[in-house]
Amino acid sequence: MSVVFEKPKALADVTTHYCPGCTHGIIHRLVAEAIDELGVEGRTVGIASVGCSVMSYNYFNCDMIQSPHGRAPAVATGVKRTRPDCIVFTYQGDGDLAAIGTAETVHSATRGENITVIFVNNAIYGMTGGQMAPTSLPGQVTQTTPYGRDVHYAGYPVRVCEMLSTLDGVEYCERVTVDSVKNVMKAKKAIKKAFQNQIEGKGFSLVEVVSTCPTNWGLTPVDALGWLRENMLPYYPLGVYKDRSAQKEEK
Amino acid sequence: MSERVLMKGNEALAEAAIRAGCHHFFGYPITPQTELAAYMAKRMPKIGGTYLQAESEVAAINMVQGAAAAGIRAMTSSSSPGIALKLEGISYMCGSDLPAVIINVQRGGPGLGGIQPSQADYNLATKAPGHGDAHILVLAPSSVQEMVDLVAKAFDLADTYRMPAMILADGMLGQMMEPVVLPEEGHAREIEKPWAACGHHGQRKHNIVNSLYLQASELNEIVKKRFERYAKIEETEALAENYMTEDAEYIVTAFGATARIAKAAVREARKEGIKAGLIRPVTLWPFPKADFVKAAETAKAFLSVEMSMGEMVNDVRLAVECKKPVYFYGETGGVIPTPAQVLEQIRKIAGGAE
Repeated sequence: MSVVFEKPKALADVTTHYCPGCTHGIIHRLVAEAIDELGVEGRTVGIASVGCSVMSYNYFNCDMIQSPHGRAPAVATGVKRTRPDCIVFTYQGDGDLAAIGTAETVHSATRGENITVIFVNNAIYGMTGGQMAPTSLPGQVTQTTPYGRDVHYAGYPVRVCEMLSTLDGVEYCERVTVDSVKNVMKAKKAIKKAFQNQIEGKGFSLVEVVSTCPTNWGLTPVDALGWLRENMLPYYPLGVYKDRSAQKEEK
Repeated sequence: MSERVLMKGNEALAEAAIRAGCHHFFGYPITPQTELAAYMAKRMPKIGGTYLQAESEVAAINMVQGAAAAGIRAMTSSSSPGIALKLEGISYMCGSDLPAVIINVQRGGPGLGGIQPSQADYNLATKAPGHGDAHILVLAPSSVQEMVDLVAKAFDLADTYRMPAMILADGMLGQMMEPVVLPEEGHAREIEKPWAACGHHGQRKHNIVNSLYLQASELNEIVKKRFERYAKIEETEALAENYMTEDAEYIVTAFGATARIAKAAVREARKEGIKAGLIRPVTLWPFPKADFVKAAETAKAFLSVEMSMGEMVNDVRLAVECKKPVYFYGETGGVIPTPAQVLEQIRKIAGGAE
């Protein structure tokens, strides 16, 4: 009998704490598959950030460090600069990466740190119970925008890939989603490329994964995917925002 | 052979760190510690090390945290306002049991304060190095030579006890030049770090460097265990210089640059027939309580001299359990007490020259 489906080796054999229908599970799996396929688990160090994904340190089988809120790219910089043979990735949510950690994100990117950043954008603070995130959409109702996000009062959402693509230090950034099999396959390809770039010493790579938070959006997992397609993808268009090596080849 | 060289305090701290096996430095500019970072920027590329200018003090301490978590000796330096920003990272490092050295070349505060020497971060360093129940090792040099010696000691202690160590210097020590003997290179102690997150290479279970414990009982247990370690440190690592204390009736106490001034005042008091002595804590945490307890047996009174509004003075009161009066004399942010002013205070306490 042949095995047709199994858990990636880089993924720990434990039950996660994620809510039903949450897309973190899919994204964890894609990261673990990339680590397996590239054969780098033994030299990989993951940086868990603060938010729902903080306990990812229990879910990956590689060495893990838990970072203060927003500081994962700085912690990753410390690991990569002092142990360049390690493959270093951060796994961060939108509040972590695009609000409190904006400086660390922008400056690790502009320095061209040779690290891989997995950015999960679900437009809300999940762990603390559904407050407005830097990526919450205009009009989006959250615990702290009970009348909807008023952009004249609370400001506009941050488009991370667009912002980072202007920086010379960035090797690669792509926005993907995991709402369908087809898109999951695309996300997998992007995540693997972001790791491959690091192995090849190409520099800062970030993959933004547009995700759902059924619990805090107050929707069923299926409806949440629908909401993502109807509302998030128009504001956060999928695609490659920068691929320095590919651009060089074209020239 | 080790040679005697003339060095500025800030530069001596940097070179001493390199010779203590620290080849990775993460910093952010701030007066009056700038020469330290500049020295690192010049030296590190020559020895294949890291000098990285971070985007903030917050980022710099977190880079140190990353290096420390990966089992590497790393250092950052700053001055008071910048140190306040590093406290988040320091607290996480305490919670994750990570060793590293943080240099604080103190300046006046609060707020932007001033750029002149101060000792007003004593409470910050010894009482509240970030949120939560935690301590860091705090070492207070009072000469450029001692800056050199204590950096190596700080790294060794930090690695041994798996906790951050702070060198609490000040703008006066950072800027002054004195002759120093540097230790030879390549003799730094290497301490095994089997807990480090640096890749398991298929040889062991994965290491997790973490400070989160959502089960209250688990957190309680871990913090209590850490405090058992702190108790051991308080028992074994406290260090002070006792100067003319044996028959002293009036004990002056001061640390860092202020201790040099106090020492001169003690000598002058002796000339006047006042039996004065000096206790100079070298470790501020752990605080050298035993030296004070011993001195309290014979001393009539204590005088704490600080470049602050009075911070260490409270630890002196606790150490002597208010059995003897403890007086305070201090100036803040760049107003450096003179030996004559300290002598005047000693005279006052002694009730005039005997």
